[in-house]
Amino acid sequence: MLFSDLAGLTRRGLGGLNRYGQYGWGGYDAVQNRMKQMQDEMQRLVAGLTERPAAEREFPAINLWTNEEEVMVTAELPGVNAKDLDITVVGRMLTLKGTRGTTEEAKDDDCCHRRECRYGNFVRAIELPYEVDGDTVSAKLEKGVLTVTLPRADADKPKKITISAN
Amino acid sequence: MADTLDVKEAEAYDGAEHTRAVKVYTPAVDIVEKTNEIVVTADMPGVDDKSIDITLEKNVLTIYGKVDLDVPEKYRASYVEYGIGDYRRSFTLSEEVDRQRIEATVKNGVLKLVLPKAEAAKTKKIEVRAA
Repeated sequence: MLFSDLAGLTRRGLGGLNRYGQYGWGGYDAVQNRMKQMQDEMQRLVAGLTERPAAEREFPAINLWTNEEEVMVTAELPGVNAKDLDITVVGRMLTLKGTRGTTEEAKDDDCCHRRECRYGNFVRAIELPYEVDGDTVSAKLEKGVLTVTLPRADADKPKKITISAN
Repeated sequence: MADTLDVKEAEAYDGAEHTRAVKVYTPAVDIVEKTNEIVVTADMPGVDDKSIDITLEKNVLTIYGKVDLDVPEKYRASYVEYGIGDYRRSFTLSEEVDRQRIEATVKNGVLKLVLPKAEAAKTKKIEVRAA
C-alpha cells in the first residue's frame, strides 16, 4: 500500500510541475497531501509494531502447549464459573464459549473510577495443530485459569517406519 | 499510573528491588464508589486467597498477587498470548477508609475488595434553607 502510494506520488508529482520546472500551487498542495498521507501510513505501521496485534487482545487470552502426544490449551478466564463455560471440540477446532456476569452493578448515583474488566459473552475458536481424540479431552477451571488437555488422535500420531535390511 | 490497560503490562516498580525473577503485570480493575463503600474488583487469574497480599499505608492501597510459575513440563509453548507472572497495582484513595472493616474475597481468580468509608468521610448533604 505504501509502495503503490509512492509510485503514485512520482507520477502525480511530475504532473504538478509547471512550465518553469517548479511545482505549481496545485501540484505543491498535492505533494503536501501525499506527504501527510505517507506520514499517517508510517505512523500506522509503527503503531502496529509497538501495540499488541488485535488477535492477542481477544478474550480470553490463550496459551497453547504441545508435545508429540497431546495439546494443552490454557486460558485466562477470571470470574467465569465452570457452569457458564462450554467447551467443544470438532475435528481440529476447539471452541470456548461462555459468559461472565457482572458481580458489582453500579447504580445511578455510584461513581465508576475504573472500568477495565471484561464482562458478557465471549466465544473463541482455536485451531489445534493435531486431530484430537474428543472422548479423552479433559478440562479444569482453577483460580480463573482454564486448562484443557487434548490427547492427539491415534490415527494422527507419527509412525516410525523401520527399514528392513535385505 | 497508566490508565490505558486494554492490555495488561508489566509495570516498573520504583523503590524496591525484585527478589523473585518473575514478570509483574498490572491487573485490570473496576472501581465503583458507592455511598458508603468503595468496591474494587481486580482480574487476577492464577491467584487464590493464600497468595494475595493487600496493604493500605496512609492512603495508598497496594494489591499484590503471587502466581505459581507452573510452566508445564514435557510441553513446549507453541503459541503464547499471555505471560505468567505476579500482579501488582497501587491506588491512592481519595476518602478516608475504615481500615477495620475492609473485606477481601477471591473467587475464580477475581479479587473483590470492599472498603467501607469512615463515618467522617461520608458525604454529608447540606440543606439550604430559604431565607
